[in-house]
Amino acid sequence: MTRLAIAALVLLTGCSPDRAGSARPVAVGSKKFTESVILAEMAAQLARQAGTDANREDLGGTPALWLALTQGDIDVYPEYTGTITRQILQADPPDLAAALAAHGVRMSRPLGFRNNYALGMRKDVAAAKGIRYVSDLRAHPDLRLGFIHEFLDRPDGWPGLKPHYGLPQTNVRGMNHTLAYRALVEKAIDVTEVYTTDGEIAQYDLLVLEDDRHFFPAYEAVWLYRADLEDRRPGVVAQLRRLEGRITETDMQRMNARVQEEKANEGQVAAEFLTRTLGAEVSVADESLAARLIKTTGEHLALVVPSLLAAVLVAVPLGVLAARRPALGRGVLGATGVLQTIPSLALLLFMIPVMKFLLDEGTGAPPAVAALFLYSLLPIVRNTYTGLKGIPHSLQESAEALGLTPWAILWRVELPLAAPTILAGVKTAAVINVGTATLGGFIGAGGYGRPILRGIDKFDIPLMLEGAIPAALMALAVEGLFELAERAVARRP
Amino acid sequence: MFQLAGVTKSYAGRSALGPITLDTLAGRTTVLIGPSGCGKSTLLRLLIGLIEPDAGTVTFDGTPVTPETARPVRRRTGYVIQDGGLFPHLTARGNITLMARHLGWDRARIAARVAELAALTRLPADGLDRYPHQLSGGQRQRVGLMRALMLDPAALLLDEPLGALDPLVRADLQADLRDVFGALGKTVVMVTHDLGEAAFFAARIVLLRDGQVVQEGSPADLWNRPADPFVTRFVQAQRGPQIPQEAT
Repeated sequence: MTRLAIAALVLLTGCSPDRAGSARPVAVGSKKFTESVILAEMAAQLARQAGTDANREDLGGTPALWLALTQGDIDVYPEYTGTITRQILQADPPDLAAALAAHGVRMSRPLGFRNNYALGMRKDVAAAKGIRYVSDLRAHPDLRLGFIHEFLDRPDGWPGLKPHYGLPQTNVRGMNHTLAYRALVEKAIDVTEVYTTDGEIAQYDLLVLEDDRHFFPAYEAVWLYRADLEDRRPGVVAQLRRLEGRITETDMQRMNARVQEEKANEGQVAAEFLTRTLGAEVSVADESLAARLIKTTGEHLALVVPSLLAAVLVAVPLGVLAARRPALGRGVLGATGVLQTIPSLALLLFMIPVMKFLLDEGTGAPPAVAALFLYSLLPIVRNTYTGLKGIPHSLQESAEALGLTPWAILWRVELPLAAPTILAGVKTAAVINVGTATLGGFIGAGGYGRPILRGIDKFDIPLMLEGAIPAALMALAVEGLFELAERAVARRP
Repeated sequence: MFQLAGVTKSYAGRSALGPITLDTLAGRTTVLIGPSGCGKSTLLRLLIGLIEPDAGTVTFDGTPVTPETARPVRRRTGYVIQDGGLFPHLTARGNITLMARHLGWDRARIAARVAELAALTRLPADGLDRYPHQLSGGQRQRVGLMRALMLDPAALLLDEPLGALDPLVRADLQADLRDVFGALGKTVVMVTHDLGEAAFFAARIVLLRDGQVVQEGSPADLWNRPADPFVTRFVQAQRGPQIPQEAT
């Protein structure tokens, strides 16, 4: 049954384990913060300058990007030297290039600016407590700290900083970077981590605490790219290296502020910079709202429809099996029930290595479709089971007494009688599916989740609504469509 | 036609039937009668293998009825239950022709057979394209009978076919059913708890009590020569306008 499900998924999503190596576009990865997205946009635009197609994938944290790069899901992404040594290699090798080459990865020369970690506070709060240096924090154990989750995990983040300075604070919360700035400004927290190129430092007039014991390493921006990109696409690498030493800290701060404060499009900001600095004639497709909606709607449907169809194909037979064999049925209902208790985001992330193993596609749509498929099983299995079990015994006996074969009884009598209940289960699955598919934005699967998550990152409410409203409308439309279908089925009582 | 030899059936350790040895009259009507729980419906189900006996054998036309042979036996036997047992998702026509369509009969043959049966059972013409819930109780029974007769079976089994009908409809249907049985000359086994109805149809009545045959004979035998005091009580408990006279 599992193999059948995989086959169905492969069939429906059109994913083939065999990937065309050189024909596919250059894939540029980025982390989920503005600066990384702007740099990735530049990389994609420069790759197009080299005459190839290029896609951008927002993939989240460093571990996911490093994995995607070494496994070949992406070809290049912007990274920082401090992150490479402290988090990725967890070593400070004398020859960084050789250490990366061992992983099949190359590094460009620095792009020019540093984006160091630092701790930031409101100036008035810091002044009132007499805080200027990081070591001053030791005297204030009651301070409330808010960091992004990755900072809480990284050796060059809180886990290293706390013992290095002997910091006593216990009130430490994980939160989104943009929300942490809002929380700091509104005095919900006292200290957060900042990146020195963040536009918000100037925007909110924050104090950057001095790293008086030199904990934070230098974070120089570089390109990390696959060694084989140089062989496959030498022109792309040459284009990327044109940016070496060309972006100053002021440039980067200004570009970040353009996106964060002025809600400018990252691609537009990147294109303006490339034109101004390199004289490159890049054009960015400034898509209209309608074009963006059509694209995200298409992507969203590409997640929902295959996963739902595959779930119907698998769950209805499972429901029949459960109704036929009571012992097996308890097992099937139990197993699909357990799937439903896994938080949807966790299931989504769990599917990344699974789909990497099965289809060699660890990011994008396949893991999202797989997770949505598993999530859609329970309502359909349960309703198929309930619908079949609810058929009066006298009708089953009448069907048997006619001399119909078991298959004919199932096909001509039982499934039609259970159809309204099964259809209600498919409807439930479809509505849940449309909502859950927005989480696909976390793993670069596209769909309505992308504007929602980008909107949260930029604190851009219209952008969030650009995903949230169509998602709600699609859920309503799905519900309406199924109600029409239910009425058509119910007309035959 | 149907033969039972030493057949027993119990549910959850409680004996429901037998041991019973019984023959049905070929081409005639046998009525199984008795109080609720006497095992008459169990017996009927055993005949076409809907349930299996714990011991003994059931044969149909000389062939033992087993899980392997049950399907051909069922296709040669019509089966009608209370309220028709019609499938609610199919029209009357859909119910009647279900089995013929499954067997791949062509349209013309199906249409001809349906027309023939509609005339035989006196189903109103507009009833055929209605769903079961749109039909009256009596019409549902006529459709159930048409479905049972569709493949022109050798035998017909009816389990309380008229139990849910009001007296006038019931009397009409009784008359029509008896005409059909007479016209077709099929082996009929009918279950009822109404002695008047049993006497109306039966060439032979089998009276059951607690899974055992108490008496087997013509209606007149039961009235005039009760085998034991239970038969007398059962006969006297049935109040009807007619007291059958012994045939001379």
